[in-house]
Amino acid sequence: MKTLSYIRTEMLPQQAPPLGERGLVKWARENLFSGPLNTIATLLALYIAYLGISAILPWLLNGVWNANSLAECREIIAASAGEGASGACWALIRERWHQWLFGFYPQDQYWRPTLAFVLLFVAIAPVLFNKLPKQMIWFTLIYPALCFWLLWGGSVWGPVVAMLGFVVLAIVYRLAQPVIGVSAAAGAGIVAAVLWWLFLDAPMVTALSGIADISLSSVRSTDFGGFLLAITIGVTAISFSLPLGILLALARQSDLLIVKSLAVGFIEFIRGVPLITLLFTASLLLQYFLPPNTEFDIILRVIILVTLFAAAYLAEVIRGGLAALPRGQYEAADALGLDYWRAQRLIILPQALKISIPSIVSTFIGLFKDTTLVSFVGLLDPLRGVTSVVRADINWKGIYWEPYIFVGAIFFVICFGMSRYSMYLEQKLKTDHR
Amino acid sequence: MALATDVPKDGFRLSMLVYDTRYRGYTIQIIALLLFGLAVLWLLDNVRDNLAAKGKEFNFGFLWSRAGYDIEQTLVPYTNDDSHFRAWMVGLANTLAVAIPGCILATILGVVIGVLRLSKNWIIARAMTVYVEIFRNIPVLLWILMIAAPLRELTHAPADFRLTPELEAAGQQPAASMVLGDTFALSNRGLHAPLPLFERPLGSLDLGFMSLNLTFLAALAVLVGSIFVNRAVVRRANAIQEATGDRPTTWWQSLLILTVPFMALMAALGLHFDIPVLGRFNFSGGVLLQHAYTSLLVALVLYTAAFIAEIVRSGILAISRGQTEASYALGLQPGRTMNLVILPQALRVIIPPLISQFLNLTKNTSLGIAVSYLDLRGTLGGITLNQTGRELECMLLMMLNYLILSLLISSVANIYNRSIQLKER
Repeated sequence: MKTLSYIRTEMLPQQAPPLGERGLVKWARENLFSGPLNTIATLLALYIAYLGISAILPWLLNGVWNANSLAECREIIAASAGEGASGACWALIRERWHQWLFGFYPQDQYWRPTLAFVLLFVAIAPVLFNKLPKQMIWFTLIYPALCFWLLWGGSVWGPVVAMLGFVVLAIVYRLAQPVIGVSAAAGAGIVAAVLWWLFLDAPMVTALSGIADISLSSVRSTDFGGFLLAITIGVTAISFSLPLGILLALARQSDLLIVKSLAVGFIEFIRGVPLITLLFTASLLLQYFLPPNTEFDIILRVIILVTLFAAAYLAEVIRGGLAALPRGQYEAADALGLDYWRAQRLIILPQALKISIPSIVSTFIGLFKDTTLVSFVGLLDPLRGVTSVVRADINWKGIYWEPYIFVGAIFFVICFGMSRYSMYLEQKLKTDHR
Repeated sequence: MALATDVPKDGFRLSMLVYDTRYRGYTIQIIALLLFGLAVLWLLDNVRDNLAAKGKEFNFGFLWSRAGYDIEQTLVPYTNDDSHFRAWMVGLANTLAVAIPGCILATILGVVIGVLRLSKNWIIARAMTVYVEIFRNIPVLLWILMIAAPLRELTHAPADFRLTPELEAAGQQPAASMVLGDTFALSNRGLHAPLPLFERPLGSLDLGFMSLNLTFLAALAVLVGSIFVNRAVVRRANAIQEATGDRPTTWWQSLLILTVPFMALMAALGLHFDIPVLGRFNFSGGVLLQHAYTSLLVALVLYTAAFIAEIVRSGILAISRGQTEASYALGLQPGRTMNLVILPQALRVIIPPLISQFLNLTKNTSLGIAVSYLDLRGTLGGITLNQTGRELECMLLMMLNYLILSLLISSVANIYNRSIQLKER
């Protein structure tokens, strides 16, 4: 009985999915037009984007790079794009970019901050990436003195002898540590270094300068400005606030009541007041707290206050990391017979710091953004200080968007780069197997 | 941390202060206390020497002398004949006038952006990501300046709002015009906005050191009262649902309870809006918001909202997918899943960092200095300090003031936080 007229004996080749179910169309249907509400939202967003772009794009495209004043800029734009057209006047940036980068630093000495900036990357590379040769860390250790000498100039012996103080500290610690333990040895080392700085520093500098006078022309702190100032303050404060923050966090977590309450008091006080008031403290109040007639550099004062500020925030962030560690880790360290500092260094801190990396980096980003506030104590920060100097120029009166866009873009690149690095670090240090 | 095991009981030796873990803690603490005490003494001694050298003394009497400067925006009645103390209070009120609306608006905007960033709509999610990244990675000072500069320099003088006969004859429009049905005007003096006024206000209660606005108190009392009544209605509905399984419809009751008494009060007091009108030289009537205030508030809200958006997003992402799936398996609708399952858990993750954002916003109001906004720092830590030359006293008071403000905010927020935290055994 044959009722079936046709039976297929071979498989058909697979067909491509229908047009609506593949490629761009499928993606758009799923991500842009998945329902009436989504469709409306997409169209609305596209319309707003169109409005924004149609307002900004001509302004960007009509931008002028060669002019000597705002009026000339406007003339060029009117001549090229027709009367009433708007356009950016990037000529201002072209003429004054060096002030945004260096402030009033002497022009013929620009190579010094530039060199210091390039060397900065050499110095931080071994800290950031662990694949590099370990010996590079020695350069990192001498970099602060080198950078100070390059930026401020003067005799090379000042920073060298000051660095020798740390060498004295290290030697005393090395010799004393097996005999009297970590804390006492550290104390002895610090005392020795302070004695070195107080009594041996100045005569040695004079003596060495007499033998070989190697010096750069010195630059006053008031000439610093722009991103040179922001990066100087930012990098110094970042590198000093991390160890200080770790110490504060450990103090706050410690069992010693007095140490703990001192740390709590300090952290809560710093976190309770705005940075601006601390900066004013640096500029107005520090003269009351130091012995009469002490003069000390305003940039240094600001760096100290910014460091303390960031350290208090870091301490809280790191405390979060410490608290997140399971109790068993502390107990295991004790069970292994490690003393307090070994337990912290080998077991607790590596894990706690790893947990808190994202927050630590965002504190650093916050600190770097906060360096703009130094303009309120009379320093030339790139955002308000230099920009107001430039805008006060009669040729460029009435310009607002371009300087802010330029400065904002540089800040964005630096801060965004930092946050990407923290994501990379998180990925690299990830040890859980999820 | 190291544990002391059974130590042989021999007599106390001085070296045990360093080597014995039972005593080492005391040694360290005593040394720390001594160092701290010495440092404080040294600082105080320096302060005394410096004050003597400058011929100044440390007292707060200057607070009661005449301030002699004007403050543009005052929430508390103030003239330049008032004392420095009064000026300080005006500054404090101005700080709060930015901080409180700022926190509320930033939370609303931040939650909306954070939720939209998780949207399935690709273009909206991307747009929100761009917003968050741009605002987070650029200093807030730039936003304040960038909003203030065009507000001050691109806006028109009040005279430009006038339709003069010449313009009318030429068939042209004035250079600037009022917006939103001729109620708001943005001139170079500020934002002229309508002001709510009452025909029959309740007056104010004078307590000597401050006066209480009874109208405001009455409105507050009515609002709080209706919220309580509404709670009772909801509780009753819950009880009925528990007992019978049917939930009575209550949304219209809630709506009535929450709106009608308040509107009735407003009507009884004769609420009307005083709309700014263009006079001979300037707008009269309404309220004038200084550009300094507007730009500070807008910039802080936009900036802080980006951080809050990230907090909200990470809070929602922290709730595992299994929670959503479990609630779908129980048959809950997506909306109720969000309200009953996801949000209560996400809030626990969101609240603590949100508190610190509120604190940051409050502290960032001190950036009003960039646009010469006379807040706490502008009055007490600015003009008063410069006029009287009392850096030490003014800075101390100002820091103390910010500290108290911060502690207040964080303690109130912590009480709320504790009430929603997971109660563990």
